[in-house]
Amino acid sequence: MARRIAIAPAMRVAAETAPRAAVRGPSWDGRFTVLILFLPPALLLFTLFVVLPIGEAAWYSAFNWNGFGRPTNWIGFDNYRFVLETRAFWLALRNNGLIIAVSLAIQLPLALTLALMLAERFRGAVALRMLFFMPYILAEIATGLIFSFVYDGDYGLVASIWRSFGAEPPHLLASTDTAMLAVLIVIVWKYFGFHMMLFIAALQGLDKSLVEAARIDGATRSQALRHVVIPLLYPTIRLSVFFAIVGSLQLFDLVMPLTRGGPADSSNTMVSFLYNNGISRMRVGYGSAIGVILFVICVTFAFTYKRWFMRDE
Amino acid sequence: MRLLGKLGLAAAACLLWANSAAADTTVKWLHIEVNPAQVKIWEEVARSYEASHPGVKVEMQFLENEAYKAKLPTILQSKDRPHIIYSWAGGVLKAQVEAGVLEDITDSVRSGGYGDTIAPAALAAFTQNGRVFGLPIALSQVGFLYNKDLMAKGNVDASKIKTWDDLLGAVKTLKAAGVTPIVVGGADKWPLHFYWTHLAVRVGGKPAFDAALKGENGGFAGETFQRSGELFKQLVDLQPFQNGFLGFKNPQAVGYFGDGKAAMILAISSFYHTQRALAADKVGLGDDKLGWFDFPVVPGGKGEPSDTLGGITGWLITKGAPKEATDFLKFFISKDVQARLAAGNFIVPVVKGGEAGLNSAFMKQIAANLAKSNYHQNFYDQSLGPSVGRVVNDVTAEIAGGSMNPRDAAKAIEAAWKQGN
Repeated sequence: MARRIAIAPAMRVAAETAPRAAVRGPSWDGRFTVLILFLPPALLLFTLFVVLPIGEAAWYSAFNWNGFGRPTNWIGFDNYRFVLETRAFWLALRNNGLIIAVSLAIQLPLALTLALMLAERFRGAVALRMLFFMPYILAEIATGLIFSFVYDGDYGLVASIWRSFGAEPPHLLASTDTAMLAVLIVIVWKYFGFHMMLFIAALQGLDKSLVEAARIDGATRSQALRHVVIPLLYPTIRLSVFFAIVGSLQLFDLVMPLTRGGPADSSNTMVSFLYNNGISRMRVGYGSAIGVILFVICVTFAFTYKRWFMRDE
Repeated sequence: MRLLGKLGLAAAACLLWANSAAADTTVKWLHIEVNPAQVKIWEEVARSYEASHPGVKVEMQFLENEAYKAKLPTILQSKDRPHIIYSWAGGVLKAQVEAGVLEDITDSVRSGGYGDTIAPAALAAFTQNGRVFGLPIALSQVGFLYNKDLMAKGNVDASKIKTWDDLLGAVKTLKAAGVTPIVVGGADKWPLHFYWTHLAVRVGGKPAFDAALKGENGGFAGETFQRSGELFKQLVDLQPFQNGFLGFKNPQAVGYFGDGKAAMILAISSFYHTQRALAADKVGLGDDKLGWFDFPVVPGGKGEPSDTLGGITGWLITKGAPKEATDFLKFFISKDVQARLAAGNFIVPVVKGGEAGLNSAFMKQIAANLAKSNYHQNFYDQSLGPSVGRVVNDVTAEIAGGSMNPRDAAKAIEAAWKQGN
């Protein structure tokens, strides 16, 4: 049981902390009635499905436990020590960092550029938007499978491109040097469309008269873009960055069909590392410790980010 | 979480109950077999049992292999657990016994001399502290399957591969002739661990393994296991595997062999069968093209050449199961049914006399090998339990990929063994 709860709470809490318009409620009396009526069910569900599982995971992480019976072998913080002593854990953490970096440095700028081009109404814009958004609709597991065929060094698309240049095709997913790179490419391909759509929606909601005013005042197109449009997009960009980072920390279902974290742990993420060690090896205590660490990272990030960058929203 | 689980179980129980209300007892039987031909025979056996035992219904449930392993602890702790479950014996079985989720069926197995009909070593695999918790169904052996045509093309006489050096020589000759010597499903890791563990069986034999379990001679970091890694490294350094082998899953690799693209595969004896289904043309290599040689010996090794590595699979009875479950299992693991499964080349039987059903020369050979083996080592990744076993798989894949040296590999296994126990 501990296995699912170890992953899920982090996501839920992250979702909980997603920005929401601040509620300026009516009078205290009205709010109190609402509180009495609506808080208990929500609180109950939240406790049952979020707080308790997190607590359970934290409790299990103090045991050397294989998932059978009740945990009895108390080892305190040893699981955390074992996790931190594992080279593969640091590799997984580094990979999560890489995914965040690539998301911020490549995926979001790409999405923004495309959004700026496609937000305007011209023939084919909608079709192009749909085309770019398509990868996001595909299930992660299906995407992974498709790309494992694309990358196949014997029959894959990549192999035939390589052969057309007369070279011996590489097996990208089978080498510790290239596996993570191959996964990163799929991540960018899959998620840029989502951010592009966010940006397009924001661009279409912009007050056009501001840009027009800037143009009348003599600003060039690029100046208007830099000084008017992009600043107006900041709230959406901040949201996009938030989604990109939280999504990167939780990445799992693309990695499994592509590489399962291999070869030699080179493409593990924190969650695939959790799965491979906590669940496949039936080291539930150890897995819970990884889950708790991941949870702490996610929560720390979510709160810090909200406090520093999304104060106004 | 727990409440929801209970609700779900209650709902499932209601459904099951509604389903089986007509029968007095339902025996729930969870399996992971993907070969429809074999499942069909099982179904027929279940129906014939029902026919001769009015009031008993046998119900089969299926889970995929990896999903099954992942869910097992939860399944076993649910009140609605299946009565008969699949098992590879070894460390997982030990953990299950310690957790008290299995039924002690010693008395039932011993009554009427039934236990004596089963090969003692196989039954011992399902015995913990003198108590029996399940019954074996099949044995398998690990060795090299080879493609006769490709061996001929590379001018290698497979019947002369007796020692590790012979194998290394054959790999070199095959490579020189432009033939891919060996195919392996490196992404799944466990097919690579066969090399390391079988080398350990050859280098140290049973005494070394037993000593390592007790932590003697440096445990799994000791000389035997370092030496196995070094020998494996000798092979790896020749680059004997197909390109991109670390990205191949086992079924892919077995299919690759069935397609005739590599000369050898270090196989479980059952691959003899599965390579046909997994080949691109669904035909694979016929008996005339398929050969087998036992894992080569290591000069100076303490293991006997007849020692074998392989699996011991079977069925367990879970705690609280009705006595009909055990009765059905005894019916299922009987000479007649075993002979029938053997005739389909699905298993090497564990019931004495079951081997009479074997009709292919290949399976007969495997059965004979197993019969004369005094030390049959269960797969390390099963016998050491999941936490240590998976580390064995990891480190052998790392040796194969060149990211770990044999010394560190042996140390990593010993560290996991100490941590896990």
